[in-house]
Amino acid sequence: MAVPFAAAAGAIDAGDTAWMLAATALVLMMTPALGLFYAGLVRSKNTLNTFMMSIAAIALALVTWAAVGYSLAFDGSGSIVGGLHHAFLHGVGFAPRAGTHIPQLVFFAFQATFCIITVALVSGAVVERMRFGSYLVFAALWSVLVYAVLAHWAFGGGWLQAHGTLDFAGGVPVEMGSGFSALAAALVVGARKDYGRQALLPHNAVYVLLGAGLLWFGWFGFNGGSGFGVNREGVLAFSNTLITPACTLVVWFALDLLRGRKVTAIGAATAIIVGCVAITPAGGYVSPGWAMALGALAALPSYAIIVWRPRTRVDETLDVLAAHGTAGFFGILFIGVFAQVAWNGVSNGIAYGDARQLLWQALAALAGPAYAFTATFVLLKLVGAVMSLRAAELEEAVGMDVTQHGEEAYASGEGAILVTTEAGVDGPRPVAQPEPA
Amino acid sequence: MKLVIGIVRPEKANDVLEALYRAEVRGVSMSRVQGHGGELDRVETYRGTTVKMGLSEKVRFEIAVSDDFVETTIEALCDGARTGEVGDGKIFVVPLERAIRIRTGEADRAAVTPVSG
Repeated sequence: MAVPFAAAAGAIDAGDTAWMLAATALVLMMTPALGLFYAGLVRSKNTLNTFMMSIAAIALALVTWAAVGYSLAFDGSGSIVGGLHHAFLHGVGFAPRAGTHIPQLVFFAFQATFCIITVALVSGAVVERMRFGSYLVFAALWSVLVYAVLAHWAFGGGWLQAHGTLDFAGGVPVEMGSGFSALAAALVVGARKDYGRQALLPHNAVYVLLGAGLLWFGWFGFNGGSGFGVNREGVLAFSNTLITPACTLVVWFALDLLRGRKVTAIGAATAIIVGCVAITPAGGYVSPGWAMALGALAALPSYAIIVWRPRTRVDETLDVLAAHGTAGFFGILFIGVFAQVAWNGVSNGIAYGDARQLLWQALAALAGPAYAFTATFVLLKLVGAVMSLRAAELEEAVGMDVTQHGEEAYASGEGAILVTTEAGVDGPRPVAQPEPA
Repeated sequence: MKLVIGIVRPEKANDVLEALYRAEVRGVSMSRVQGHGGELDRVETYRGTTVKMGLSEKVRFEIAVSDDFVETTIEALCDGARTGEVGDGKIFVVPLERAIRIRTGEADRAAVTPVSG
C-alpha cells in the first residue's frame, strides 16, 4: 500500500496520460484484428464482407459514440442511462475525468474503442448472410441503445456500479453484452441457408491465429488501460492478461486431446480469446494465482458450448456466445468469489469473507445478459420490419463479397475487362476482350 | 463408355455431389475452373479501377461411366446444379476410348464400375 502511484486529485498525470494514449491505440487495433480473426473463420467468398463488418463498426460506433453514446454512458449517475450534456463531445476537453488523472478527451477516446469492438463482436453471429446495409443500420442503433446503456450500468455510475458490482474492463457491456446480443441476432436473422446441410468450414486458419494473437496484444491496452493510468489495478490487470489466456490454452489443449486426440489450431485461437475474455472483468480484482485458476476453469463451459452449439439449429455462426458471453459471465461471477482486498483495495469475494459481493456479481450476470438479449431481439425485429435483414438466397450462394461489395478477396484478375481507370483514358477500353469482328 | 463433363456453379457443387451419391454414381473428379457462359458480367471496383469480370468461378466434374449410367449421371448433374438462372452450367458427354484402373489393371467397363463393398 505504500507504493506511491497516484498524482494529486484533480491533476493531470503525464505518465497516466501517456499510457492511456497508447492503450487507446492498442484497443483500436483489436477491431481490425477481430476482422481478421472472423474473416479466417468464414468461407473464402465471404472474407471481405466479414472483415468489413468490423471496419464498419469503427466508422459507425465512433460517430454514434461521439454524438450521443459517450454522453449516455458517462454523463452523470442516473441509474439506467446518463444525460446528454456531453452530446457531440460538449464539455469534453483537457480537464481530468473525475476519478482519473487523464484528460476527459483521452477517457472518451479510450471508451470509444470499447464501443467499437463490442459492435464488431456482435457481427460474428450474422456473418455470411446479413445484408450489409441492414447491418450498418443495426450496428449504429445497437451501439447506442444496447452498448451505451450497459456501459453506463457497469462503468458510468449506473445502478450496477452504484450498488457495488465490480467489472474491471467490461464483462457486462463488452463480453456479456456482445455474447447475448449475438444469440438474439442469430435467432432473428436466422441460420445460413446451408447451415446443418453442408460442412461450412473456416477458409484460412492462419488468419484466425494471427487475428487471435493481435487481439491478445491489443487486450493489454484493453485490460491494462482499464485502471485509467499507471496504477496498481492497471498493473495487476496487465500481468493477469498475460497469464490467464496461457492457462486457458493449456486446458484447451488437454480438452482437444481428450476429445479428438489432436490439438487444433483454431481451438488454440479460440482459447486465447476465451482466456482474455475471462480475465477482462476480473483483471484488476483477483490475484495472479486466482487469475491462473480463472483461465483454466473458464475453458470448460466455453469449450462445452462450442462443441454443443453446432448440433443445434441456432446458427450463432462464430460462437460469440460461447467465447464472449459465457467466459464473461464466468469472469463476472469469479470476482464475487475470489476478489481480494489485499490485491484490489476495494472488495473481498465470498471466499475472503464478503458474500454480498457475490450477490452483486450474480445480479450483473443476470441483468446484463437479459437486457442485451431482449434489447437486441426487439431492435432487430424493428429494423427487420423496415428493411430486409438477409441477402437473397442467390446472393448468399454466390457470396457476400461480390454481392454486397462488388469485390473479391482473392481476385485472380483473369477475365477482368477494364471499364474505367484513374488515368483518364478516353472512354471505356476493354483490354482483356477480343476485338469484335 | 462415356466421359461426362459437367461444369456447374461452385455453390452447387455440394448438391451435385449429393445427387451423384444418391444416384450411386461413384468415381468423380472435380476441379475449379473459370468460364464464361452468357451470364451477365459482374462489375467490380477496386479503388479507381472498375472492371467487368468476364469469367466466373465454376466447378468442373469429370465422371467416366459405362453407357447405361450416362442418363443417370446427367440427371443427377442437372438435379444438383439447376437454379433456373443463367449461369447454371453445361454438360458435355464425350466418347471414351479406354479406361484403366491403376490398382488392378482392370480395363474399360470393369474399370469404371465402382468396387462394391
